[in-house]
Amino acid sequence: MSAKGHDSGDAAPKGLVLRSGPHLASGMDTPTLMRDVIIALLPLVVAAGYHFGAPALLVLLTATVGSMLTEWLFRRGEGTLLDFSALLTGLILGLTLPPALPLWMALVGALAAVGLGKLAFGGLGFNLFNPALVGRAFLQAAFPTALTTWRPAGRPFFEIPASTFAPPLLSVRAPDALTTATPLSRMKFDHKATDLSSLMWGSVAGSLGETSGLLIIIGGLFLAARRAFDVRIPIAILLSVAALSGAFYLAGPDKYPDPLFMLSSGGLLFGAVYMATDPVTSPLAPRGAWIFGAGIGVLVVLIRLFGGLPEGVMYAILLMNAASPLIERVSQPRPFGRAREGKKDAAS
Amino acid sequence: MDKSLVWIFFSALLINNFTLSYFLGLCPFFGVSGRIATALRLGLATIFVMVITSLCAWLLNTFVLPYAPYLRLISFIVVIASTVQFVEMAIKKLSPGLFRALGIFLPLITTNCAILGLALFQTSKGYGLLAGLVYAVGAGAGFTLALVLMAGLREEAELAKVPAIIRGTALNLIIAGLLSLAFMGFAGLFSSSA
Repeated sequence: MSAKGHDSGDAAPKGLVLRSGPHLASGMDTPTLMRDVIIALLPLVVAAGYHFGAPALLVLLTATVGSMLTEWLFRRGEGTLLDFSALLTGLILGLTLPPALPLWMALVGALAAVGLGKLAFGGLGFNLFNPALVGRAFLQAAFPTALTTWRPAGRPFFEIPASTFAPPLLSVRAPDALTTATPLSRMKFDHKATDLSSLMWGSVAGSLGETSGLLIIIGGLFLAARRAFDVRIPIAILLSVAALSGAFYLAGPDKYPDPLFMLSSGGLLFGAVYMATDPVTSPLAPRGAWIFGAGIGVLVVLIRLFGGLPEGVMYAILLMNAASPLIERVSQPRPFGRAREGKKDAAS
Repeated sequence: MDKSLVWIFFSALLINNFTLSYFLGLCPFFGVSGRIATALRLGLATIFVMVITSLCAWLLNTFVLPYAPYLRLISFIVVIASTVQFVEMAIKKLSPGLFRALGIFLPLITTNCAILGLALFQTSKGYGLLAGLVYAVGAGAGFTLALVLMAGLREEAELAKVPAIIRGTALNLIIAGLLSLAFMGFAGLFSSSA
């Protein structure tokens, strides 16, 4: 599904076609995979519009168009727009942004995501970090206030906050009274829990796509049924978060949030299903996938419980993306028929 | 006391990582991060030099510099240079292959600003002997971590169809920037509990 491999031999004699493996075609090519993920994301787009209204849809539109524009700008005439990857990156980036974000910032994020995160490395299949998260982290570093200003859910659909059309690079921010705290920062700074049903339904403050837990789970099950990603990664993330935060909860129930809240709040579900599973930036070997997922889970719990930030899913995934080549190296499966390490004599 | 030592270690390892937060020691960071094995060994050598430097800096700070404060920089540099000489001789003797692989970057540990930075930070933060040693191990391990992660990413990027205009140093700088962006997630870690 990456762009590596598949070279038909040019110098071969006529009638003989030389191809390198793999020879079994599964029918799953890049556009199909991307389309599946986009289908799984559509309910989230609808939910974002339902909960956060027109400004949210504008942010999504800007991020998506911005990503495709960047891809087109640097890759004109190569047809890479048609593989849907830029569209998907833009969509995922948009879904990780707060609803009332100024549109020009969403555009900058899209430029950073596709330009720095993907095209600088040679395009689809070569990026070392998840492009959408590169864009998100770039924005978080550049505009920390705007990226942590949360508009409450359930406002009138056509009510556009002043910040949406804020002019670029000017700091005249109209005072916006309509801000609130996400469930995670409420937990971190005020020790107030949010009930599970609103976390599942999505009527809480947060990034566009991360609030409706139920829809993310359904999308994840759809993708798992389509075999669009390695299910080991989300399972490892959820298990490790549940285990580690469960241990902390048992040690101090009044100090730490319960595991169910940790699993269903913030961007954890969204990150586990749509971002950590990116086949390019995660290890391919089964053992590596477990290590990768567990590492993300541990880092998320560490950053959420002990860090200065209420949410750490983005950084956890980026850090494990960085460690992914090393994990890949230590998790290579043993080829069939080859002796285990340290037992070399048995084979020879 | 115990808890603050843990904090000093993790602070130097992750939060205030010398390479990815302070941007110190960038020459070896870019110079020796081409291969994972070499990167790891240079990292270990740097940890060793940092620990010795920390020890010597504490000795100097305690017994010499109160009487001659103007000697601080020059005495630190002398200490670092002689430690590096010692490491160089040891590696040349014990592992000639590694000695060749590290090449110019081994003597260049002398001018690695991360090490002088360590001695100066340790002084300005007023760390005692034990805290200073923990700080040195944390900073060295942080440098090693950054170096090895970077080496892994660079080995991966070698296989990529990087546009010709970005290939080489420009791409390495972009990777380092993204890595530093990811390390921003550690900001404020353990600060409330320490």
